Amino acid sequence: MFSEILLKKSFWASIAFFLILMFLPSVIPRFYTYILAVIFVTALLAMSLNIVVGQGGLFQFHHAAFYGVGAYTVALILKKTGLPVWAGFIAGPLTAALAGLIIGAFCIRLTNLYFGMLQISLGSLLWAVAFRWYSLTGGDDGLHGIPIPDFIAALNGAYYFILIVLTVCLIVMYLIYKSPFGSTLQAARDNPERCAAVGVNVQRLQLSAIVIATFFAGVAGVLFVVLEHSVFPDLLFWVLSLEVFIMCLLGGWFTFAGPIIGAAITISLRTFAGAYTEYWTMILGIILILLIFFLPEGVMGFIIAKLRGKDIEMAEKEAE
Amino acid sequence: MLRVEALHKSFDDFKAVNGADLHVKKGALVAVIGPNGAGKTTLFNLITGQLQSDSGRVVFNEEEISKLPPHRICKKGIARSFQIANIFPRLTVFKNVQVAVLSQQKMSSRLFYPASRLVVKETDAILESVGLSDKTAYIAGSLSHGDKRVLEIAIALGAEPQLLILDEPTAGMSPEETRTTMALIRHLAQSRGLTFLFCEHDMEVVFTVAQSIMVMRQGETIIQGAPLEVKANEQVQEAYLGGSDA
Repeated sequence: MFSEILLKKSFWASIAFFLILMFLPSVIPRFYTYILAVIFVTALLAMSLNIVVGQGGLFQFHHAAFYGVGAYTVALILKKTGLPVWAGFIAGPLTAALAGLIIGAFCIRLTNLYFGMLQISLGSLLWAVAFRWYSLTGGDDGLHGIPIPDFIAALNGAYYFILIVLTVCLIVMYLIYKSPFGSTLQAARDNPERCAAVGVNVQRLQLSAIVIATFFAGVAGVLFVVLEHSVFPDLLFWVLSLEVFIMCLLGGWFTFAGPIIGAAITISLRTFAGAYTEYWTMILGIILILLIFFLPEGVMGFIIAKLRGKDIEMAEKEAE
Repeated sequence: MLRVEALHKSFDDFKAVNGADLHVKKGALVAVIGPNGAGKTTLFNLITGQLQSDSGRVVFNEEEISKLPPHRICKKGIARSFQIANIFPRLTVFKNVQVAVLSQQKMSSRLFYPASRLVVKETDAILESVGLSDKTAYIAGSLSHGDKRVLEIAIALGAEPQLLILDEPTAGMSPEETRTTMALIRHLAQSRGLTFLFCEHDMEVVFTVAQSIMVMRQGETIIQGAPLEVKANEQVQEAYLGGSDA
């Protein structure tokens, strides 16, 4: 099994990419290290959303709510309790997954748009809690100066920590993607009725997917706190959910790694175009329109189709 | 093996199934016929749990299954195909069938083991038996209509059913494809000892393949019997076959 993996080009390419990213902070300016770290956190959030959207075909319209729940949980534990740091780091994702389970259990009874609408309302409820409960959450000021352990408090430490956690999460997600669970989830996306007719409990399957996805969203929330040392209600706002949804579409929601590219493009746009004009979302909008017309499968979907096409051409040439 | 007794189902005021009775013996090929709108598809949906009946009973292997959801009924041993080609269009042909086999083997919720190594032999065997083994790597959505219908049967087989319900298995097929498909169904019935329940518009197909035929009209069962007996029935001729010349 392992020898097969070692033979794959993509495996070695990923290792090389990882090593380059590990090496980068020592040569690039601090600002770029920070932007890369933001991309990593956002990429993890987008990847987690894609488990339900791309693989599961569910209209998870308010995914940021769970990101925020994860971030607020760890922030509150670190700031207001004497619990050890690791307890906060574990509680973040678990609380997010619990929120995912509860909200998901309501939403899963509905389909398509109704699922999405109910989720926006229930997610906005969480946002309202974070926004209004001044004594606990600091309201719209949020919480700042959250104590982070020394070894990851500085930017470079945070960068390495985030990169390693992201890598581990991506490996786990890839295993899930390729597992029987992943295959069945994709089948239920394509055709839930048919999937039930071969004996799959589709609702339970999709709810499990939501729990897994919200868990990873919670991990991303924890990473956000590690990077920024603060939380604020915007983390749970539906606008962010929409942005993350767009990242999935942009990168290619039927591919595994597409959302990473989507996150990288969106964050870069916000940072570099946002420096010139506050209307950077207009550029994003135009890109999105072009995308729908010319690359309906997303950037990654387009690249994969090109590569496959090349493989087929090569095979045909060899056959001749 | 399967018994349907006085089944009723209405949508608002429309009585789609209004007193349907059906018996399916183990190992038999049973056809349901009737004019458009007679309630054939609704009857199948009631049996496999896609719809809930208003009254009446569905008994499978001496066990009432009328109130169970589709995925539970599938586990009891009834698989089905749908009238419109109902496949997983974005997955490969292999995966389409593998998902069904994984579900049958209760492996659908395994998280960390590559699916590419599980139930490969079983899946290949099914694809071979329906004649799709040269197309396993194709994306299912790109198959021809006839192949999609065959793939549907393959997916249903993946659930290792005792009873296979096919809703118009040859709809939209060329005469050539129809012949191959019916030969396939007969082959599966013999080689696997499967019981088939199907509905079909093509009378030639029905009267050559089926061992027992149930005729429906306006949601009601008129008669169930051997092909010759059904052909001779006056009510059937009037209602369906278009007078005595049929």
